[in-house]
Amino acid sequence: MLADFNFRIIFEYLPLFLTGLRSTFFISIVSIMLALVTGTIACACRISSSKLLKYPAIAYIEIIRSTPLLVQIYFLYFGLPTLGIRVPEIQTGIIALMLNSGAYIAEIIRAGISSVDDGQIEAGVSSGLNYFQRMRFIILPQALGATVPPLLGQAIVLVKDSALLSLISVMELTRCGQTMTSERFMPTEAFLTVAFFYMCIYFCLKSLADWSQKKLIFREAY
Amino acid sequence: MMAFYFSRLVEIFPFFLKGLWMTTQIAFISLFTCTILGFILGILRSGKNRIIKRLIGVYVSFVRGTPFVVQVFIVFFILPEWGIQLKAFPAALLAMAIMGSAFICEIVAGGINAISKGQWEAGTASGLTLIQQLRLVIIPQAMKVILPPLVGQYVLLIKDTSVVSVIGVMELTRVGWVTVVRIPEGLMVFSLVGALYFVISYPLILLSNYLERRMAV
Repeated sequence: MLADFNFRIIFEYLPLFLTGLRSTFFISIVSIMLALVTGTIACACRISSSKLLKYPAIAYIEIIRSTPLLVQIYFLYFGLPTLGIRVPEIQTGIIALMLNSGAYIAEIIRAGISSVDDGQIEAGVSSGLNYFQRMRFIILPQALGATVPPLLGQAIVLVKDSALLSLISVMELTRCGQTMTSERFMPTEAFLTVAFFYMCIYFCLKSLADWSQKKLIFREAY
Repeated sequence: MMAFYFSRLVEIFPFFLKGLWMTTQIAFISLFTCTILGFILGILRSGKNRIIKRLIGVYVSFVRGTPFVVQVFIVFFILPEWGIQLKAFPAALLAMAIMGSAFICEIVAGGINAISKGQWEAGTASGLTLIQQLRLVIIPQAMKVILPPLVGQYVLLIKDTSVVSVIGVMELTRVGWVTVVRIPEGLMVFSLVGALYFVISYPLILLSNYLERRMAV
């Protein structure tokens, strides 16, 4: 089965994999940052009382959540040129990841905010704390406990989702595996190496998420 | 030009319905197998046998740690190297089963672990066998914890069927991809594809939200 697993070829292709890894890192970090911004804005619109802001935000979140990311990627990849917008694939991919994760992050932040009980705010008011003190000492510590672990979970999902960009020929980790398969026809070596790199990223983020969960839940006041 | 492409799109709409049918087939078969496998693995994972627990743990973290596309490629390109030739459709089902059952396993194990030990002990004290304890005492209570995330996972699985288009299964996304070559209106074609996915998955999202509210009490 794995008796003729060829490590030499992996070493030969290691520089390619490392550029792929770097590209995956770059895409993931940029997308998660942009998605945080998008998500915060979408969440602010979602919970606002103005109907003009609220309903578009709901539509955005629900549409993104009920269609596959791959369809969203293709929608932008084939759709943007018909609108006369020509951008490189990598930017199309980052926009798609940003819009996709933004919708999920909006829901995560909304859940975090609504997890803080109204009574907590009232207790803060009656203890004579002003708005910033209430935010600093009561609301944020509790809301963070409910948002940071799922946000890191979303980061894990995003790293894995970035693999789909290989289908619009962005040169990232999975694409490197495809390249190596088509050049040497050694899919076992290629895809197991790719899987190995993703696992490394996964374990780093996973332990960070577990750690943050332990740290932050501890602070939650009940 | 737009109107022309639109009428072309209406003309080939049956093609899209075929793709939708394929997507539904893949989704149904894999939801079914994933649920059964996921429950079996989840029950084993929440059990006492250390070795089985570890093995399932390794499997689960492999699935959760790698992208689904990579898993599809592994099933489709690596299994033939080991002498297992699969056509695209069974390969897609296998990849879906591997991926989905790992996620459902985690949900089920979480649900079972949420049940207090006293329930097991009460079951033993009432003279129930292990299977009876699970079937009559533990699972019915755990279902409250399991059901909302399970339906949420179903939505994710349905959406993930779009990824198997990469190995050439003629499902909805693949149909869109093939169509866009002839009708170069990406926005129109993929809006249609997206709308068809929306039709299947949005009701499930609503169901998941409803269950979450009901079970929370």
